[in-house]
Amino acid sequence: MASARTTGDGPAIVAEGLVKRFGDVEAVRGVSFEVPEGRVLGLLGPNGAGKTTVVRMLTTLVRPDGGAARVLGLDVRARPQQVRNVIGLAGQYAAIDENLTGRENLRLVGKLSHLAPRDIGPRADVLLERFALSEAANRVARTYSGGMRRRLDLAAALVHQPPVLFLDEPTTGLDPQGRNELWDVIEDLVDGGTTVLLTTQYLEEADTLADNIVVIDHGNVIAEGTAAELKARLGTSTIEIGFRDDDVATTAAGMLASVGGVDRDGKLVHLSVPGEHGAGSMLETVRVLDDARLEPATLVLREPTLDDVFLSLTGHAAEEGDGDGDGAVKTRRRRRQPRAGRAR
Amino acid sequence: MSAVDTSRYADRRDAWSERRFVVGDSVAIVWRNLLNIRRNPELLVFATVQPVIFVLMFRYVFGGAIQGSLPAGQTYVDYLMPGVFVQTIVFGSLTTGVGLAEDLNKGLIDRFRSLPMARSAVLVGRTGADLVRNFFVVVLMCVVGFIVGWTIGTDFVRFVAAFVLILGFAYAMSWAFAIVGLSVRDAETAQAVSFPFLAVLVFASSAFVPVATMPSWLQGWAEHQPVSVVINAVRYLTIGSGPGLNASSVPKAIAWIVGIVAVCAPIAVARYRKAT
Repeated sequence: MASARTTGDGPAIVAEGLVKRFGDVEAVRGVSFEVPEGRVLGLLGPNGAGKTTVVRMLTTLVRPDGGAARVLGLDVRARPQQVRNVIGLAGQYAAIDENLTGRENLRLVGKLSHLAPRDIGPRADVLLERFALSEAANRVARTYSGGMRRRLDLAAALVHQPPVLFLDEPTTGLDPQGRNELWDVIEDLVDGGTTVLLTTQYLEEADTLADNIVVIDHGNVIAEGTAAELKARLGTSTIEIGFRDDDVATTAAGMLASVGGVDRDGKLVHLSVPGEHGAGSMLETVRVLDDARLEPATLVLREPTLDDVFLSLTGHAAEEGDGDGDGAVKTRRRRRQPRAGRAR
Repeated sequence: MSAVDTSRYADRRDAWSERRFVVGDSVAIVWRNLLNIRRNPELLVFATVQPVIFVLMFRYVFGGAIQGSLPAGQTYVDYLMPGVFVQTIVFGSLTTGVGLAEDLNKGLIDRFRSLPMARSAVLVGRTGADLVRNFFVVVLMCVVGFIVGWTIGTDFVRFVAAFVLILGFAYAMSWAFAIVGLSVRDAETAQAVSFPFLAVLVFASSAFVPVATMPSWLQGWAEHQPVSVVINAVRYLTIGSGPGLNASSVPKAIAWIVGIVAVCAPIAVARYRKAT
């Protein structure tokens, strides 16, 4: 449909000082950000930070008590019905009718999105195919696995081909394979020009998918930037130097205290430096060791992770349960390359 | 389509697009809810088991005792069946609220509200589907009634009018319980919250026993509350004229039905708009 392509080159999503109160609780206290067309914004924050409320305001489910929000130039308060024409929403839980089949669920959304009747069937088939649900298309959704439900939910959000997509914790509760599948789909959509706002508790997800990241806590924006910027500014780089025996390690640890925070563990010396100084500190380390004729056995620079950033910003880890802080050694997927020359 | 103008016509178009789609969207929701009933036929069966037990129990267990307090010339089974119909559909209207609470709980209402569909369609569609369900339940109860000896003392036209009146009241009660369903968090709560209202409406009425047998402080309520008025109208239409049966109960019943829908539907739609 891609109808109301409105104000031309402006950002696809704009939040200006959004405020939402629930009784005495101010859940969102003046949140502002912009998402350029065709980009992905990752909205991060601990549980209860106000992420979902922000999404609900932007998707017209909840009226803001203050501030303004526009999607493709359409004000969410003044023109909610038109906003709904251009957005897709996949929420925290799979919002599908369990007693309908996969195909019937998509047909229902197609009808309610006012697609031309002759387009509804083919559109449903395309989506079922794309989300690997063709075989299960005629089974009622209550027989679906968790991953299948999520895929059907996302497919339902895409029935009317919305140019702007809101994903509220799209992969929470999915196994790693399900998560990877969903990431691939989201990347495809973005390659096709869709603007995405994504909330997540998984920092790896934000790192993989998001062009820009906004961190909120207690209803306020507390940091904003690309993953790389945030890591450089707020993360910690670690230089890990291994020596052949403990004595040498001790000597080296003493000399390296001038470079960064030193932590010796047997033959290993860990050097913590601010995120953006990783490379420079590495050079200095090499210089210091070379001058003293101390030859290391191993020398590794660890880039800061979003987990560090999150921890230093909010004082606690983002993920609950499996947030064991080993983000640095997780197999990291390639970062999505910025797509040069996207015509817009 | 490109370059849609969003300036001065936008507000009006917003309102238009809503109204333009009410019928189509409601039909889609009816379709969805009827599919739900078809996929869970046991719900329809359970909806009729309890009223069938009531028919058998009151007809054969309590009937003999109650017969004595009826005006001469009326048989208890003819008196009972209109009460059972109305009791059945009033209890059945609870499913409207329970179903909405479930949709809300599962996030389906969020999905619907994020679509460019008419705001009233989810409720119009839900109450419409429940009307279809009630139609089948009442047909089934008629069959049960005929089996246990229920007779129509009037004519076919008035029997059909009684049938329509019962369904009309069922529709009105669906809107009333839609408000409950949209005000609570889950199906269990919807059920628990509704039950006291149901009990007062159904049992403190003329459904099973004549109001004259009740204490005088209760009679005022029991005589004029909507359930009794509708039951009396159905009795008038199926038994015919007689002591305690009055033609004026029919317009009164219609007034209750129209009044309940007129009050409850806007409240329910307003709740739906704000539901979270």
